[in-house]
Amino acid sequence: MASETKKVLFGPVLDNNPIALQILGICSALAVTSNLNTTVTMCIALTTVTAFSNFFISCIRKQIPSSIRIIVQMAIIASLVIVVDQFLKAYAYSISKQLSVFVGLIITNCIVMGRAEAFAMKNPPIPSFLDGIGNGLGYSAVLLSLGVVRELFGAGKLFGIEILPTVNDGGWYVPNGLLLLPPSAFFLIGLLIWALRSAKPEQVEKAEFQMAPQSKALAH
Amino acid sequence: MSSNDSTGKTLLVASLLCIVCSIVVSTAAVALKGEQVKNKLLDKNKNILAAAGMLEEGKSVQEIFKQRLEVKLVNLDTGEYLTEENATEDWQKAALKNPVAYDQRKAAKTSGQNEILDGAIDTASIKRQAKYATVYLAKNKSGEVETIILPVHGYGLWSTLYGFLALKTDANTIVGLGFYEHGETPGLGGEVDNPKWKSLWPGKEVFDDEGNVDIRLIKGSVDSSTANAEHKVDGLAGATLTSNGVTNLLQFWLGKNGFGPYLEKVKEQGV
Repeated sequence: MASETKKVLFGPVLDNNPIALQILGICSALAVTSNLNTTVTMCIALTTVTAFSNFFISCIRKQIPSSIRIIVQMAIIASLVIVVDQFLKAYAYSISKQLSVFVGLIITNCIVMGRAEAFAMKNPPIPSFLDGIGNGLGYSAVLLSLGVVRELFGAGKLFGIEILPTVNDGGWYVPNGLLLLPPSAFFLIGLLIWALRSAKPEQVEKAEFQMAPQSKALAH
Repeated sequence: MSSNDSTGKTLLVASLLCIVCSIVVSTAAVALKGEQVKNKLLDKNKNILAAAGMLEEGKSVQEIFKQRLEVKLVNLDTGEYLTEENATEDWQKAALKNPVAYDQRKAAKTSGQNEILDGAIDTASIKRQAKYATVYLAKNKSGEVETIILPVHGYGLWSTLYGFLALKTDANTIVGLGFYEHGETPGLGGEVDNPKWKSLWPGKEVFDDEGNVDIRLIKGSVDSSTANAEHKVDGLAGATLTSNGVTNLLQFWLGKNGFGPYLEKVKEQGV
């Protein structure tokens, strides 16, 4: 049981990472990682929502009619997200201002829906809750590494504290503006997936088709 | 399991779920409302003080705000303060009693309290403008007004920028400019929040010798030896449209459709 729990909790960090292997939740990974404060808040918010939505959905999984199960999941997830959003507005106002729509968009984050449908509908509440936390951790691991690279090299700061003094503020570091824009996260996620799959070749997907070898054009 | 799929069960689960979820959501919204409103106001007040450079270490925002700021409403057409004599309508009287609670952004959307702006004069692209604007008069330690803080807003590249402009009592010299709400690109247009850029503003002058609004952002940096350098501020690198937006909104709000008449009065008669 102990090893089972460990697998559910930490498996999603490296072995079955929601972003790097399942390629879910990319949208918010691009949007909120330009600085670490918003990144950390988003990670906590998403982990909370995934864990609790998994828990509640698993609690009533035997009662949910299969014809409306997606709607039931959405309603639970959406309610939780609104509650989280209200909490942020009340207790972390400046961060909620920066996160703006992205907290609301947790509703459409594929990780939350994906885990509800794939795990919580078939497993008891406690493992489902842990699965939610685990996937939240996997998401957080990727987001935090993106956030560190983007904020450090894009703005010369970490958590808003100056690490590399930038030219604009009289230092020597010329920040790479591209890193502050969303597309840079795509490149970074790509590099990350490459690194992860080189280290763990079993994550490489089987090719769905074979390219035909280059052949000479037929004689005309 | 098949009984779960009967129509009755489906309806039951759906309605029960809706009731539970709505109770949870509304409880959270109602219970946290007070805290949220407080936060919003605090954030705004902090930005007002920041524009005028009045934030002090170790002193709470509300404390400074109470001690040193006076809130007044100004009729943008005539440039006169709202006083007991000229407050005729109910909302004006209510606003007079508690000027802090007057919400200029709400007023801009309320008919009777707003004016629809014509495309030609609407250089800040705000479409609707409240008839009355809030002004904050900041006093120094001996009780004299030394700074006038004006709320300004206008469209940048992606979003409307909301901010505060602080002027000296000569209604010409800028003390500071800061935006408290915008959605410009981080690192480019979002650099309106950069303290270094903001530090370029103090000392700049709004009006030229003929009394026209001449403050503007230019491309590149301002060479202090050029003519009219006191009216020019460095543009934001890589954010021409945001820079244009800031120029437009300042020229609009300081011009005759904005605080122009009021500033005129301040120049003639003092605050």
